[in-house]
Amino acid sequence: MHQPEGIFVIISDNVLDEIVKLTTRDFLKDLKQETRYFKARLFIAALVVFLSLLALGWRLYSLQVQSHDYYRTLSQENRIKIVPVPPARGLVYDRHLNLLAVNKPSYQIRITPVLTDDLEQVVSELGQLVELEEQHLQRFFADVERKQSFESILLKMHLSEDEVARFSVNRHRFPGVEVTAHTNRHYPMGNVNVHALGYVGRIDSEEMLKLDRQNYRGTNYIGKLGVEKYYENLLHGKTGYQHVEINAQGRKLRILKRIPPVPGADLVLTLDAELQKVALQALGEHRGSVVAMEPETGEILAFVSAPTYNPNLFVNGINSKQYLKLRDDPNQPLFNRALSGQYPPGSTIKPMVALAGLHHGVIRLEDLIWTGPYFQLPGSRRKYHDWKKEGHGWVDMPKAIIQSSDVYFYSLANNLGIDRMSAFLGQFNFGNKTGLDALGEAKGILPTQEWKHETFGLPWYPGETIITGIGQGYMTATPLQLALATSVLATRGQRVQPKILRTLRTSGSGEKMVNESVLHSLEISNRNYWEQIVKAMEDVMHKPNGTAYRVGIDASYRIAGKTGTAQVFSLSQDEEHRKTQKENISGWLQDHALFIAFAPVNNPKIAISVVVENGGSGSTAAAPVAKAVMDHYLLRDNEDSS
Amino acid sequence: MLSKSTRTQQRHLFNLDPVLMSALFVLCAMGLSVLYSAASHEMNIVLRQAVHIAVGFVILIFLAQISSEQLFRWSPWLYLAGLALLVAVLTLGYTGKGAQRWLDLGILRFQPSEVMKIILPMAVAWYLSNKPAPISISQVVVAVLMIAFPTWLISIQPDLGTALLVSSIGFFAIFLAGITWRFLILLGGIILAGLPMVWFYLHDYQQQRILTLLDPERDPLGTGYHIIQSKIAIGSGGVFGKGWLNGTQSQLDFIPERTTDFIFAVLGEEFGFFGVVLLLLIYGFIVMRGLSIASGAGDTYSRVLAGSLSLSFFVYFVVNIGMVSGLLPVVGVPLPLISYGGTSAVTILAAFGILMSIQSRRKLFTS
Repeated sequence: MHQPEGIFVIISDNVLDEIVKLTTRDFLKDLKQETRYFKARLFIAALVVFLSLLALGWRLYSLQVQSHDYYRTLSQENRIKIVPVPPARGLVYDRHLNLLAVNKPSYQIRITPVLTDDLEQVVSELGQLVELEEQHLQRFFADVERKQSFESILLKMHLSEDEVARFSVNRHRFPGVEVTAHTNRHYPMGNVNVHALGYVGRIDSEEMLKLDRQNYRGTNYIGKLGVEKYYENLLHGKTGYQHVEINAQGRKLRILKRIPPVPGADLVLTLDAELQKVALQALGEHRGSVVAMEPETGEILAFVSAPTYNPNLFVNGINSKQYLKLRDDPNQPLFNRALSGQYPPGSTIKPMVALAGLHHGVIRLEDLIWTGPYFQLPGSRRKYHDWKKEGHGWVDMPKAIIQSSDVYFYSLANNLGIDRMSAFLGQFNFGNKTGLDALGEAKGILPTQEWKHETFGLPWYPGETIITGIGQGYMTATPLQLALATSVLATRGQRVQPKILRTLRTSGSGEKMVNESVLHSLEISNRNYWEQIVKAMEDVMHKPNGTAYRVGIDASYRIAGKTGTAQVFSLSQDEEHRKTQKENISGWLQDHALFIAFAPVNNPKIAISVVVENGGSGSTAAAPVAKAVMDHYLLRDNEDSS
Repeated sequence: MLSKSTRTQQRHLFNLDPVLMSALFVLCAMGLSVLYSAASHEMNIVLRQAVHIAVGFVILIFLAQISSEQLFRWSPWLYLAGLALLVAVLTLGYTGKGAQRWLDLGILRFQPSEVMKIILPMAVAWYLSNKPAPISISQVVVAVLMIAFPTWLISIQPDLGTALLVSSIGFFAIFLAGITWRFLILLGGIILAGLPMVWFYLHDYQQQRILTLLDPERDPLGTGYHIIQSKIAIGSGGVFGKGWLNGTQSQLDFIPERTTDFIFAVLGEEFGFFGVVLLLLIYGFIVMRGLSIASGAGDTYSRVLAGSLSLSFFVYFVVNIGMVSGLLPVVGVPLPLISYGGTSAVTILAAFGILMSIQSRRKLFTS
């Protein structure tokens, strides 16, 4: 130790020590001191190690010596296996509580070889009670070879009720043979709702990686498409389990403890199954789609894509022959047109383009425009033809909508410009997913200058604005988007969230309603414009010169609608008139027929979009389908209430 | 501080401590025989583990020849390289069992987080070795940051078990380098107060494991099942065990991960309380030997490093046995030199190589 000398004689020893510490610390390390520090710490560490070893030793002593008997009983002779008990999958109903998806009991017959005297004999005797095919026997005996003799081995799935009854009577003759009950998903209405509802199927290895394995122990099926997939978490429920005593050979002795599963929630959909049938029937042999919704709530009433297929085929694994037939069918039944089909909206967007014109003050309702056979941009020789060879003459806005003048809207689009037109149409949700509770929704294309630059790296040409004005060119929309846009017209500007799930019923917390939500309110400079455009759409249906007059003529309620035609095969613009070409075009190249409508005009209960692929004209192919659906929905409901 | 006048003392062949070497050999032999039983008599797995151990011993012998002056000089660079590897594993790591821990180097895959268990105490000891004790607050803060960064990188892989081990090894180094008791208590308080915050930072499955420890019945299909089954296996082993290869729980597939993290349950079932106590004695002996090497080391760097490496070995087996016997939550920590696994065996043996190098070069100083 270094002690400062001489000066601080009066200061007490304590203070001196402090000063010593400070100075030594600054100048050199006191190795001895540090070693002492270190050894003290090392001693404490050693003490902790020693105490931890004692703690572990004590713990093991209590497990292995004190509680040995308890654990030995658990381990020897009897062993506890944990067997999962899968929950019942939630049921699915339509809005009128018709069952759309149910769990059907299914019976299997199984044999535990070690419990039978003569396996061959037992199987051949069973053959007299239960119909056994060669493939059942082959698989069964292959399994017997492979598995252990105390395991129960499947002989046949899906016994008929007669077979179950016959076996039950003779059960005493067959020790080691048992019939077990399982449930199978079943869709009683078959193909009608498939594109909305989807289906379940066996869990595949890829799904296995993603799901919560604990909760899917014992579950064989998982939602593959549609509501079944989207609401998988709600429908599945929570797996329960049993503690089962098993003897030394692995045989089940008794159940020690049972935690029951929590069944999945039942779903009540917004769909109307009867309406689905009507829509499907009205589409007939055509490929196409019908999407109907309640404008105020966003509830989807009908969601049909034709052709359809039977979801029950997929539940237990479709065989490859059937699957290939569906997959390679040129009519593409597996394709969900309502959700993922993207079509040029054609003239159905004219009412919205007209509103854009009014809103931006580009044109007034009463302004007359000369509409000849074609439209030309100033300084350009290119001709944009009207669907009507001779044109419509002098037309104002209502007439342009009623007769669906193309030239009027070419001119309007040109005056609006692509930016204003796209921004306005965007408020109807074109170019964006609607957010429906379904998977695989397409978002269509709402072209803008920016979009074209990003997609093709090319500038926007004025001619492209012209054809966008009649819903052609780059623009595409899904039937669902068209139905939503129609419902915005019906509510005069309220865009609600479309939805398929209406209420949720759980065993614990009862019913829960999915609330409606307004996503966007479309504000226009003068609210009267709504009524003016709606009036024009009403006249489409009910005025003799309207394009869908023949459909509206016998309606007992007022409809506002708009027909549309979408070119499948894009004819170059200088080619001859579209309509004359049409007769020469084979079925697959014919135009798609489109129609949008809502009704009743003054208190809209239903908004609908219909697409009939290669149907030709909207007025003859698509409008009657919409009419049939609206008739059923509006008139039947009246009967119900009266 | 290392002075050039340090004289070294060559006492053993290749600087190897015969006492420690024998203990390690016994432990590895015990490990291979338990592994043979746990792996359902799969000789292939045992041979592969034997190769891991052999590689570990080669590295041990190599490190025992390197002087601690050299290790001291390498420490900061190894630390930076270790951090770079941890970043690499996050960006281009191989995902094994859902977590990115592995780096694939063509012929071998390894976990940089394991290597950090050696590099981190080296770096912390390097930083604190020339600071006089008790070390100041700002120095502690720097050291804590040195620990926190790799810990964070490992925890987001995510590998909570290794992150906890690595950080505890770092804190041992700080503790041994000498912080004041007051500060130590303060630090402990901060860590305890921070635990609730750590809770929210944990992954669901990690939270689940901790809750399961408190009540195994709440998750009888998952980790709770692991604990229940391993307790049955250990408890049913009794005083003398059911005999090698005769553990019913082990052989009938009731114990999950029984060649790796839960291998202690196999040992407990087949060798009973006797076998378990023997293992604890060997472990305890090895740790005490390590601490005595630390106590005899001449310079701060060496003794802090030797002390923290020994204590890390201790944490290893306490955490594993505690978890398998239901005292601690299930974190993925192997039983040292018994569990199947290459990187862990190699790192542990490498650490003992460093200990032996320190032991053989202890300064002949007079106090």
